[in-house]
Amino acid sequence: MSRTDTELALLDTKAAAIRETILDMLVAAGSGHTAGPLGMADIFAAFYFDVLVHDPKNPEWEERDRLLLSNGHIVPVQYATMAHSGYFPVEECLTLRKFGSRLQGHPERDRLPGLETTSGPLGSGLSQASGMAYAFRMDGKKNRVYCLMSDGEQQEGNIWEAVMFAGKNRLSNLTAVMDRNNIQIDGMTEDVMPLESLAAKYEAFNWHVLEVNGHNISEFIDAVETAKAVYEKPTLIIAHTIPGKGVPEIEFDYKWHGKPPSKEEAKRFIQQLRSGAGRVPNEYA
Amino acid sequence: MIQPTAHLADNLFAKDIEKKPTRDGFGTGTVAAGKKDKNVVVLCADLKESTRAEWFEKEFPDRFVEIGVAEQNLATVGSGMAAVGKVPFVASYAAFSPGRNYEQIRTTIALNQQHVIVCGMHAGVSVGPDGATHQMLEDIGLMRMLPGMTVLVPGDALEAHKAVVAAATHNGPVYIRFGRTASPVFSTEETPFEIGKAVLLWDHAKPRVAIMSTGTLSYQALLAAKALAAEGTEVSVLHVPTVKPLDTEAVLALAKRAGRIITVEEHQTMGGFGSAIAECVSEHYPVPVHRMGVQDLFGQSGDPDELMQHYGLSATHIVEAVRS
Repeated sequence: MSRTDTELALLDTKAAAIRETILDMLVAAGSGHTAGPLGMADIFAAFYFDVLVHDPKNPEWEERDRLLLSNGHIVPVQYATMAHSGYFPVEECLTLRKFGSRLQGHPERDRLPGLETTSGPLGSGLSQASGMAYAFRMDGKKNRVYCLMSDGEQQEGNIWEAVMFAGKNRLSNLTAVMDRNNIQIDGMTEDVMPLESLAAKYEAFNWHVLEVNGHNISEFIDAVETAKAVYEKPTLIIAHTIPGKGVPEIEFDYKWHGKPPSKEEAKRFIQQLRSGAGRVPNEYA
Repeated sequence: MIQPTAHLADNLFAKDIEKKPTRDGFGTGTVAAGKKDKNVVVLCADLKESTRAEWFEKEFPDRFVEIGVAEQNLATVGSGMAAVGKVPFVASYAAFSPGRNYEQIRTTIALNQQHVIVCGMHAGVSVGPDGATHQMLEDIGLMRMLPGMTVLVPGDALEAHKAVVAAATHNGPVYIRFGRTASPVFSTEETPFEIGKAVLLWDHAKPRVAIMSTGTLSYQALLAAKALAAEGTEVSVLHVPTVKPLDTEAVLALAKRAGRIITVEEHQTMGGFGSAIAECVSEHYPVPVHRMGVQDLFGQSGDPDELMQHYGLSATHIVEAVRS
């Protein structure tokens, strides 16, 4: 069911707040990744404020959907979104990467209620999500499993072991979302180690594939709803995103993959965020 | 003399003592654990006959998961299933799991604190003709370094069965090591087994040396003890099926009585069981430790017995080590 304009406007507001928190927490941490978290803010807002069946006050609730972040390095966006949705106080975000913090540099399940796994080393989230989806189906449970992955991560062999397993077992309760932002640490994905054609590759392994503009929340939610209606196949949503989205100065720049802004830069970036000056993404959608 | 509390087999030193590979204990143990708990599942990477996973599949076809030749997926699908309440035993050859998927075990099972039981088959040179690629000699070291990982190395098929059943209800990640080749079943139903406890098999009040062994070589240690007793040399044999957490109380008590230790394992001497014993005594009660095992070498093709002789892993070699 499509969302109303009011509902969508609220999600946009949430995404904007999440982006500001990401910049605040990266400045406080003094290290971490900037581009990926900003690029995924719209999708995280859609998940935690719309799509997911979850209860921030009861993170162990058995009936909840499971959302796994496979590319753990973009976890600032997950922490910021969890805080805004009520898992813990937003102020705690400023402890990111600090000694004693529950907000580790890469996510650790046993430290922070609400995280479904521990990740950072790439390529293993989709297998874990597949294991969960398989186990839920064994028990006749209706929980859905979502796995967020990066595009560069598709270079890991473990990913393709999982793609085969989920395709063979027709895990229709599993939806994977790929952050297709075209960058990785050493440059553009197609220069470092070409990935295309990703859709054809997944389809060849018996997956249903949808492609969306990852900054069009309405389109993304529609894709997630479509995936629920696909039987006998897992679904991959390739979400085309802009790394650094919302801050024109750093959009598309792979050099911002793995570094945080300085205090001065963050001040400027937040002004740019608030001006709504981000480039129109449709060229990539 | 034989320690009565160990309740060892009546025909311990007879030629017709029953012989079975410890992997058989994986087959029977998972079936027993599966009957007790419907959440027990077995995952296997295209080796269900030789790992004995098919014994479980036969009993519980819906709870057996074929992963294919994909050991990274084996560990991580197991982690995901454990996260939603299953008790996964993940089985392959030790050379591939934990050999190939060490990082996945480290991050998604150990650090992630999931109760997955990693079962490494065909460990040691006694694999035989397959050669060095398949003869895992580094798994105990790899696994015992992981925080929170329990490491079990059963001595015979019956103890392997008990270890599997115990692992199903143990907390946290567990590694269990199994062998391919049939070896004597020296224990009985009455032989005590508890995770974290060593078992004294042969004892003397004032032993000349303490032999501490893990895995199927404990039987060779018993043969050595018998041969030495016949020539008037008394030793004690401590069988240590839990390499981690180590039964430090039993190890130190025997170290104090014996004053000298020989460790025996079918594994590299570096980083394995002997290292664990040496670390323990050097910290709490330093006594000389001589570590028997594979000395910084890879295995090779051959008959299991031939290979055990070549790498110095037999009763005869233990006797020589005690004498020297």
